[in-house]
Amino acid sequence: MMIESLKYMPQPKEANATLAEHFTDLAPALNARQAAIESSRCLYCYDAPCTRICPSDIDVASFIRNIHDENINGAAVGILKQNILGGSCSRVCPTEILCEDACVRNHDAEGQPVKIGLLQRYAIDNMTITEHPFKRAASTGKKIAVVGAGPAGLSCAHRLAMLGNDVVIYEAKEKSGGLNEYGIAKYKLTDNFAQKEVDFLLQIGGIEIKHGQTLGGNVQLKDLHVQYDAVFLGLGLGASKQLGLTGEDAPGLLAAVDYIAALRQADDLSKLPLPARAIVIGAGNTAIDMAVQIQRLGAEEVTLVYRRGFDAMSATEHEQHIAKENQVRMRTWAQPQQVLLDEAGRVRGMRFEKTAIVNGRLAGTGETFEIAADAIFKAIGQGMDEKSISDPLAKTLKRDGDKIHVDDQFRTVLPRIYAGGDCVAPGQDLTVQAVQHGKLAAHAIHQDINGMKEAA
Amino acid sequence: MADLSIEFCGIKSINPFWLASAPPTDKAYNVVRAFEAGWGGVVWKTLGEDPAAVNVSSRYSAHYGKNREVIGFNNIELITDRSLEINLQEITQVKKDWPDRVIIVSLMLPCEEKLWADILPLVEATGADGIELNFGCPHGMPERGMGAAVGQVPEYVEMVTRWCKTHSKLPVIVKLTPNITDVRAPARAAKAGGADAVSLINTINSITHLDLDQMVAFPIVGGASTHGGYCGSAVKPIALNMVAEIARDPQTKGLPISGIGGIGNWRDAAEFMALGSGCVQVCTAAMLHGFRIVEEMKDGLSRWMDEKGYKSISEFVGKAVPNTTDWKYLNMNYQVIAQINQDDCIKCGRCYVACEDTSHQSIAQLIDAATGTRTYEVIKEECVGCNLCEITCPVQGCITMVPQETGKPYMNWTQDPRNPRAENIKVTETV
Repeated sequence: MMIESLKYMPQPKEANATLAEHFTDLAPALNARQAAIESSRCLYCYDAPCTRICPSDIDVASFIRNIHDENINGAAVGILKQNILGGSCSRVCPTEILCEDACVRNHDAEGQPVKIGLLQRYAIDNMTITEHPFKRAASTGKKIAVVGAGPAGLSCAHRLAMLGNDVVIYEAKEKSGGLNEYGIAKYKLTDNFAQKEVDFLLQIGGIEIKHGQTLGGNVQLKDLHVQYDAVFLGLGLGASKQLGLTGEDAPGLLAAVDYIAALRQADDLSKLPLPARAIVIGAGNTAIDMAVQIQRLGAEEVTLVYRRGFDAMSATEHEQHIAKENQVRMRTWAQPQQVLLDEAGRVRGMRFEKTAIVNGRLAGTGETFEIAADAIFKAIGQGMDEKSISDPLAKTLKRDGDKIHVDDQFRTVLPRIYAGGDCVAPGQDLTVQAVQHGKLAAHAIHQDINGMKEAA
Repeated sequence: MADLSIEFCGIKSINPFWLASAPPTDKAYNVVRAFEAGWGGVVWKTLGEDPAAVNVSSRYSAHYGKNREVIGFNNIELITDRSLEINLQEITQVKKDWPDRVIIVSLMLPCEEKLWADILPLVEATGADGIELNFGCPHGMPERGMGAAVGQVPEYVEMVTRWCKTHSKLPVIVKLTPNITDVRAPARAAKAGGADAVSLINTINSITHLDLDQMVAFPIVGGASTHGGYCGSAVKPIALNMVAEIARDPQTKGLPISGIGGIGNWRDAAEFMALGSGCVQVCTAAMLHGFRIVEEMKDGLSRWMDEKGYKSISEFVGKAVPNTTDWKYLNMNYQVIAQINQDDCIKCGRCYVACEDTSHQSIAQLIDAATGTRTYEVIKEECVGCNLCEITCPVQGCITMVPQETGKPYMNWTQDPRNPRAENIKVTETV
């Protein structure tokens, strides 16, 4: 994938093999002995806080007990029956604000939660199941269209297939996996894991994936609605938010997600365009992923700028720590004011205005400063790609802000059309939650469309 | 620091920590290392008649805890596999080089008086401080009519003990097997035979675990296995009870006891002593950690004694015996109730599920509607004071069992009106 906006940039100095070493597992996997020691620390809580907080309802205490009892396959299936993407979730979940935060061993006296994420990964990576662990129920004769082969769509498709339905997934990109394939930092999901996981998931059968199918482009919701018994929208948030400044389209300024996608897909990291000095704007995990990855590619100076303080960052403390460890400079309380361009119209830096809370609201102080940079990466959040829901039927979807409104069964206001993942209102930008949405929506779809049949 | 020296059935020892008759005391090299490390004495690994026993490979297996700590240990090793002559020579030399340390010689022979009469003078000539009769070995040797095969028949115990007292002036310690219904019977027999002391427990018949692929127990010897003798911390509760049984038996009261069974630290040793052991013997802990553990054992015991004001070990030997009684003499009016310290509680829910599923439904799970936080509270009216919640709680001291003021006097089961066979005349009075 070529990044048009940066094509004039130099390339990394190091060879691909050396660069690849900078993108190996950030948190190395546990070996058998480490897993034995770590699993022995689990107290096997009743009504366990880790499970209660898990967005995908994984019975954590149970799978850890199975690991300790050397029943790795049992542990893995226990995870997968709640979360078919348990492998990628074990790698990308912000466990520090979920299960590991809730772990009772995180109590004051100890302050050392059980490494639940790494144990989950251990179970999935070391299972020796040869056949797909889940069997399909008798065919319902129903066919469901799923839009988007990201975590929500894949999870929904798998569960629908398991319940006896046939599924066709419409995916715009060349590969399945969504953000697991294109959006997560390379060192969090190594060794082509996202594709392996998709392959595993598809083993259940009854799922067809059509690539190059863009909703609002060559696929229209109104047609899917007619052709299928139900439609699930797992669209994600495809549009990067804009700064709203002049020069937004200048060479050298682009969305962080586009660069991360290119990095994730690059066969040769040394061929990537690499700015010597980069600015990353934002404070979410994507901003951190961007800053750390470009630093690891060999950028000399990476500055992450955020308009509020550290406490307000949506990137977890753990993520902030990763950024600091990777020598990312972090500048808080400053907002973009002007994109600075050179004579050729390319980015040469950015002017920021310092900010402060005035009368309870964030406001510019009038004081400015400039940071010289060869590239600016926007990571200020993602929004709905409006093009994708632009056909006459899609336009009638009820919205909550720019997200799609759904009820607690993930039904949109349109009959037989469901949605889940980041594109719906309850979305929290978590892979694990998208998986849960997909799973629950599948049950709702199955019940609704097959219930209808019975009623008729 | 408190004085750790003891005198045990006439044998003076610089401290109460001896190594039990086992692999660690098999030869001079090991014993010298033990004495260098500070052990007060050893019971030399059991001698028998020539030709010496022959051992198999492999020999040990273990029962593990959650984090691979060894909870119990199992062995199928026989008595010494070295010749009597070499052992006697080494004992003589070591005793000569270490005059302030105790060497007890463990013996096992068939039940023929002549064999005992022949060997005893040889043992005496080494300068050893005493003999211990191995009536406990549960594996291999009983098949040949020795070890536990003798220990399980009180008449044999008494008979062999008497032979030893007849043919030797050395103090005789009779080592008892736990593989018996009532350990008091062989203890009484030993006393009747003239024993100067008993030592217990020897190991317990055991199979620790299996290889489920090969369908064979451990330790594996060429595709088969046999039961071994179980020791290590897992057997301590069994040993403590047997020691207490003998200590509080009117017929054996006062008979010196050398406590053995899962002792690995000073506290274990103190517990055995409090139940009547004048000295203790250690094996498994040393086999797992080396002889150096005696250093912490001595230090810990003497500091505890200082703290408690005990100047010598004899001051607390047997001190817990009067408080060890029959069930029927326990106070039926005593009542404890669990109390959960909410500040220490980590909300793991273990006490709740344990009580709810398997006990008396005496803990309530309260769910905060706003935060979902769980709180666990004791329902006092339902709590019978069983200790289960306290036991399953992973936080030490979080759950305590609090004695209640019942205002009722001591009343044991023999006095209890609810006892249909109450011995006390008061029952009829209250009816």
